[in-house]
Amino acid sequence: MNKVINTLFNPKVRSRTISFLVVIAAYVILTLLSATGHLSRLFTSLLVPVTAYIVAAIGLNLNVGISGELNLGQAGFMSIGAFSAVVVSGVLQAAGVGDILRLIICMAAGALIAALMGWLISIPVLKLQGDYLAIVTLAFGQIIMSLLNNSYVGIDSKGLHFAFVNNTIQMEQGGRLLISGPMGATGVGIASTFTAGFVLVLIALAVVYNLMYSRSGRAIMASRDNRIAAESVGIKVSQAKTLAFVTASCLAGAAGALYALNYSSFAATKFDFNNSILLLVYVVLGGLGNMTGTVIATTLLVVLPEMLRFLQNYRMLIYAIVLIVIMLVSNNEFLRLRMQMLRTRLKKKGAEADE
Amino acid sequence: MSEKTNQAPVLEVTDLGIDFGGLTAVNDLNLTVYPNEIVGLIGPNGAGKTTVFNMLTKVYQPTRGTIKLNGQDTAKMTTIDVNKAGIARTFQNIRLFMNMSVLDNVLTGMHNEITYGNVSAIFRLPKYYREEKEKSERAMELLKIFGLEKKADLIAGNLPYGEQRRLEIARALATRPKLLLLDEPAAGMNPQETEELMNTIRFVRDHFHIAVLLIEHDMKLVMGICERITVLNFGMMLTQGTPDEIRSNPDVIKAYLGE
Repeated sequence: MNKVINTLFNPKVRSRTISFLVVIAAYVILTLLSATGHLSRLFTSLLVPVTAYIVAAIGLNLNVGISGELNLGQAGFMSIGAFSAVVVSGVLQAAGVGDILRLIICMAAGALIAALMGWLISIPVLKLQGDYLAIVTLAFGQIIMSLLNNSYVGIDSKGLHFAFVNNTIQMEQGGRLLISGPMGATGVGIASTFTAGFVLVLIALAVVYNLMYSRSGRAIMASRDNRIAAESVGIKVSQAKTLAFVTASCLAGAAGALYALNYSSFAATKFDFNNSILLLVYVVLGGLGNMTGTVIATTLLVVLPEMLRFLQNYRMLIYAIVLIVIMLVSNNEFLRLRMQMLRTRLKKKGAEADE
Repeated sequence: MSEKTNQAPVLEVTDLGIDFGGLTAVNDLNLTVYPNEIVGLIGPNGAGKTTVFNMLTKVYQPTRGTIKLNGQDTAKMTTIDVNKAGIARTFQNIRLFMNMSVLDNVLTGMHNEITYGNVSAIFRLPKYYREEKEKSERAMELLKIFGLEKKADLIAGNLPYGEQRRLEIARALATRPKLLLLDEPAAGMNPQETEELMNTIRFVRDHFHIAVLLIEHDMKLVMGICERITVLNFGMMLTQGTPDEIRSNPDVIKAYLGE
């Protein structure tokens, strides 16, 4: 843990540079592979979802790693962003707005609405700490999913129509449903591209790093490390925690929008509790507070289950086992020390051999 | 002392008391600290010294009595307000931001002095760079006073104990206090470190023109630098006076050594 934090804070510029380099390198390589036809259909289809999950996970790491509050509702905020984007996209499509502009506006709208919801939810949630806070965020994630699972939104020439629980929307001819309850979003005009996802990841990294290494970032980390001491130097702990929470929701919202405009249809259950847990797994595996780690862990763990498809029925079992092994190996103090000993012994041997 | 007592006091505590359930932890405490003064608060274990600090900084809300800071009543203030009004403190059990760098710990103390907002930070506007540079320079000056300038980039939690204590004082000073509360600053230090700390406390008082109120068990330090001393016993004020008066007071000896 200390080692992670040491490399994270020591030369602040370094961790940031590494993050950006990793992302840019991955983008260049994948784009080249894709252009030369070396990337399978399956991988190509994963490019956008991976970037969306990375952005949501970066936000969650700000919340869990930097602010130190366990949030089990991040998928809920992705969901808010996704469904907001679907509605906004429907309106923009009706108005004949071009794809790129539509995507940008949708992501901004998703981010904004999710941030607003995050702020509203943070008012009751951040009165709690630790496990209690985690459970309440879990509940909010479930509430959001249930609400969206029962929402109906339609659009026709008169504008938007809303209904709840039962589809009572009466539309004139030519109108269409954007969100139809448990069926989820339908007829979404696909606009997301890998490049857009890549740019969003860069923006997310820039926002999180710039915030981390600033007055507010220090306040957030100070509130995490020692609440009483933070107050003793005049920091409003709740304000700092709110900022982290809202920024995390905002990023999840943008990620949700990116995700949404990548599929012509998807259901609200796509962003269930499992998804929140998975996002948390990415963050923990990548290392709390370590953004580069989050990027790499997310990529690996989104791609892994797809690569295990050949195992058929045993897929999720093997996935879980692989996950356990990775966690044990990557966070094992005993193994780390053994490796260190081995390395020093090898160095010694090398030195002896030189003589 | 007389020239100091002519000035308006920095801190004026009258009939201060606090109950925890049925237990009275501190009662009828009167304490005055004047500008540029170093005052000691001593007493046997469990006498209520840290509780007094916690009331002064509003970690605890006093049950009775008033606390005036530069003539201003702190009754309605929070911990944050008290810090803004000019009290900074250290803690008996060190409370640093252990996962942050030494420099960042001090910079965090300047939180309310920094004026750039989140927009300037996220877009890295010139104001951000200008202010961060300015504050980092002041933070380095503070670290230099405590001999920590070479450790600025280390993680605070990795510092040795004595340096952690000194860093805590540096962080407190970063908030530009008028009154500095030190809770056992010499705890865990060897005689030489304690000697250095005494000099540092005196230097800090003269350099920043602040008053210092300190809790300490190391009698050499207390007698060596405090101009006045208040003795607490079982939450009550036992006596007040100059180091010489305290040293020869039979009640104090009785409180510490028993009868």
